[in-house]
Amino acid sequence: MRYHILYFASLRDAAGCDRESVDSDSREAGALYAELQARHGFALPAERLRVAVNGEFARWEGLLADGDEVAFLPPVSGG
Amino acid sequence: MFRISDAPIDVAACARGLAHDAAGACVTFEGWVRNSNAGRAVRRLDYQAYAPLAGTEGQRILAEAMRQFAIVDIRCVHRVGSLAIGELAVWVGVSAAHRDAAFAACRFVIDEVKRRVPIWKNEHYADGESGWLHPDNTPVDGAG
Repeated sequence: MRYHILYFASLRDAAGCDRESVDSDSREAGALYAELQARHGFALPAERLRVAVNGEFARWEGLLADGDEVAFLPPVSGG
Repeated sequence: MFRISDAPIDVAACARGLAHDAAGACVTFEGWVRNSNAGRAVRRLDYQAYAPLAGTEGQRILAEAMRQFAIVDIRCVHRVGSLAIGELAVWVGVSAAHRDAAFAACRFVIDEVKRRVPIWKNEHYADGESGWLHPDNTPVDGAG
């Protein structure tokens, strides 16, 4: 599967890019995050994040499809 | 209407949109960039947003406010980009027949925006350090 990943805030800094395309065998967002966390050394555990797929909040255990855009969202601090 | 803006917010233009013959009250909230946080001197803030989802979630919050409170109109604009001390970061405006609903809806919207909308602030401190704020007390909700 090929996924298009979006990073924000501290995850963006740690990854060194705002987006990347990855080839992965992971079918769920949780497994995909674990894979990317190991690669980039993200400090935030998945329990503190929300995940969005194709521009809408999604479930960690939902099945991803080839070509999905996946965004990992750190705790927000707007306002 | 909820909007993410990379340009300074025109408060007068925003407020004009709230006017209505049925409105007897107008409450607005302005969130400004402050020169300190948690005891550290702050020089500026950088705001980043996941704009498409921020727009969707912000619009959902305004729709919830329209359902929950007896108000006429409600709007919110949030800045992104690099902001100096004193700049306007977020604006909420509500018009209603009466003040109680206008105050309550305004409070609801700013609280929910801070809690739910995918926007992040990076504080640049006077000592040269900087850091993204990922509050420990922010609930990290599941979907829906």
